[in-house]
Amino acid sequence: MTTLTDRSAAAAPAPVGGRRARDGRALASRVLGYAVLIFFGLVFIYPFVIQIGNSLKTEPDAAANPLSPIPDPLVLAGFERIFAGTNFPLWLGNSLLVTVLVTLGRVFFDSLAGYALARLRFHGRRWLFAAVVAVMAVPPVVLLIPKFLVLNQLGIYNSYTGLVVPLLADAAGIFIMKQFFESVPVSVEEAARIDGAGVFRTFWSVVLPMAKPALITLTILSFQGSWNEFPHSLVSVQDPDLFTLPRGLADLVSGSLGKGTQYPLKLGAALLATIPVAVIFVIFQRYFVRDASEGAEKG
Amino acid sequence: MAIDAVAAPATATARPPRRGGRGVRGNENAAGWLFVAPVIVILGLFMLLPILMAFWVSLTDWNGQGSPFTSEVPVVGAENYTRLFTEDGLDRRDFMTSIRNNIYYVALVVPAQTVLALGLALVVNNRLLKGKSFFRSAFYFPSVTSSVAISVVFLFLFANSGAVNGLLRLFGIDGPQWFADPRGVLHLVLGAVGVDSPPAALAEGGPFGLSWWDWLSGPSVAMMSIIALVVWTTSGTFMLMFLAALQQVPVVLDEASTIDGASRWQRFRHVTLPLIKPTTFLVLTLGLIGSWQVFDQVYVMSQGDPAKTTLTPAYLSYRTAFRDFDYGSGAAISFVLFLIIIVLTLVQRRIMADRDADGRRSWRRAVRRGGRP
Repeated sequence: MTTLTDRSAAAAPAPVGGRRARDGRALASRVLGYAVLIFFGLVFIYPFVIQIGNSLKTEPDAAANPLSPIPDPLVLAGFERIFAGTNFPLWLGNSLLVTVLVTLGRVFFDSLAGYALARLRFHGRRWLFAAVVAVMAVPPVVLLIPKFLVLNQLGIYNSYTGLVVPLLADAAGIFIMKQFFESVPVSVEEAARIDGAGVFRTFWSVVLPMAKPALITLTILSFQGSWNEFPHSLVSVQDPDLFTLPRGLADLVSGSLGKGTQYPLKLGAALLATIPVAVIFVIFQRYFVRDASEGAEKG
Repeated sequence: MAIDAVAAPATATARPPRRGGRGVRGNENAAGWLFVAPVIVILGLFMLLPILMAFWVSLTDWNGQGSPFTSEVPVVGAENYTRLFTEDGLDRRDFMTSIRNNIYYVALVVPAQTVLALGLALVVNNRLLKGKSFFRSAFYFPSVTSSVAISVVFLFLFANSGAVNGLLRLFGIDGPQWFADPRGVLHLVLGAVGVDSPPAALAEGGPFGLSWWDWLSGPSVAMMSIIALVVWTTSGTFMLMFLAALQQVPVVLDEASTIDGASRWQRFRHVTLPLIKPTTFLVLTLGLIGSWQVFDQVYVMSQGDPAKTTLTPAYLSYRTAFRDFDYGSGAAISFVLFLIIIVLTLVQRRIMADRDADGRRSWRRAVRRGGRP
């Protein structure tokens, strides 16, 4: 932020003659800037506003005034039916279970592997890291059929095991943790080891506590990733009792509801599925932002 | 273990000489393998092994009954692949239609999201504006939400009596029935200038079993709403990448060119744009790679309909396997898609690596010349 203020300070002493014209132009560009910001702000936010508004409408009202964010009359019928007429509570429970297990697994296994790849000298380390980088390039959508095949073969298709275990580690998370551990000074762990702590002990009680920022980033990314995960649940389970929220939502939309479009209900269910990620986003925004901009710096 | 044999000499020479006998490092080899063991098991079992299994299945006619790895499953060799390219029939038509749809999708999504992302980043980077961090978050938020939940919202927005058509009505336009409209946009444009039916030269004889007229349809109206959704959700992430790059642009350069009398456009065109070129390239290639993977949105919003105009290779492979129980063909489509994406990824990594090497070389030259770049 300091560079930004420096810039405007440096730009201020303009040649005296051209100042008025320059001020005029600055004002015009500022007005234009705000206009662009507000226009796109609406484009990006208004769909969510419409979603909230219409989830509280009656079905005829939603069909007649889709653009209006204000329900007239305001009804909770959509939400009542979400909880009484669909399997939403079940999906919510499954999603919570999957998300908690997957997040715990990823944070633990990814940091173990990231630490080993960054610090421990073992045969095949380079080869293994190359494999991790290669795995990161495998596009998830081509794994749909392959994953089904292996789950089927292992006899864990259509089970919580099949829903959770394949997601317990991810290459991108290993990569993030390795990068972080490489930035930690070696001297701290060397001291701990000379004091006689074993490798795991050093990792667990010396290195890991220092890795808090990276662990928070990884926790958030894992939470968001597994909460939103759709294709995996599509090919790992079939039994409606094992559906997660995205899977249940997709099922709801593809017409298991019966008559009518039932948009208030669908929008409400989608809204409820979005809220946890939205809350995490608002609280931990800088960790999301950091991850995305680091992608750019790597390039 | 051919890979081991190839990799071993490289690692042996690259690794610093072993400081043997240091007790602290003594158990590192075992510990290292123990630390990575869970990850090897998970990624090996659910990423590498499945790919090998699917490759085998793509050479068979497995219908989902029993195990694909028994002698009862008919092996058909490369037939699942050749059927996609050389044999005239429904399989090839569907596959080529999905390729066509995806090409139009890529051709619109990649430029649109790149331009929008860069534009948003420039506005958010403007030093004169307040409240930028709020807007930055607003633009980025759609990227972190569930693709399924967002697709539900867009289904409503683009419904026949939905918000988009409501908005168009404010301008006196009768909006189309988005998800029921298979007409290609290019066909519509041609229709507007009076070309309603295919000219004889285009009516038949195009490559891979689709007529030239079919190839030149453009994205369908239904596909346009999926394109709108994807551009809307991905721009935020790419905006952050551009923003990070823009903040690296040295202030002095901008000021110097202002003093030299460069206009705003000239500064953007000749100072900013060349400096953020690596990021632009990254965004373009990530977009290219990502937009061949569109699946969730198609599954939720259109299931490939209307008239197969939103069918993409990713969705087609899923449908062929899990709806038509033709796992061999489905897997073959996956592998062709895999190949397309891997080629794009390798091209990207190669060019990025070249660029890095160039950067280092010029840096070294600068060092040799005594620090002057």
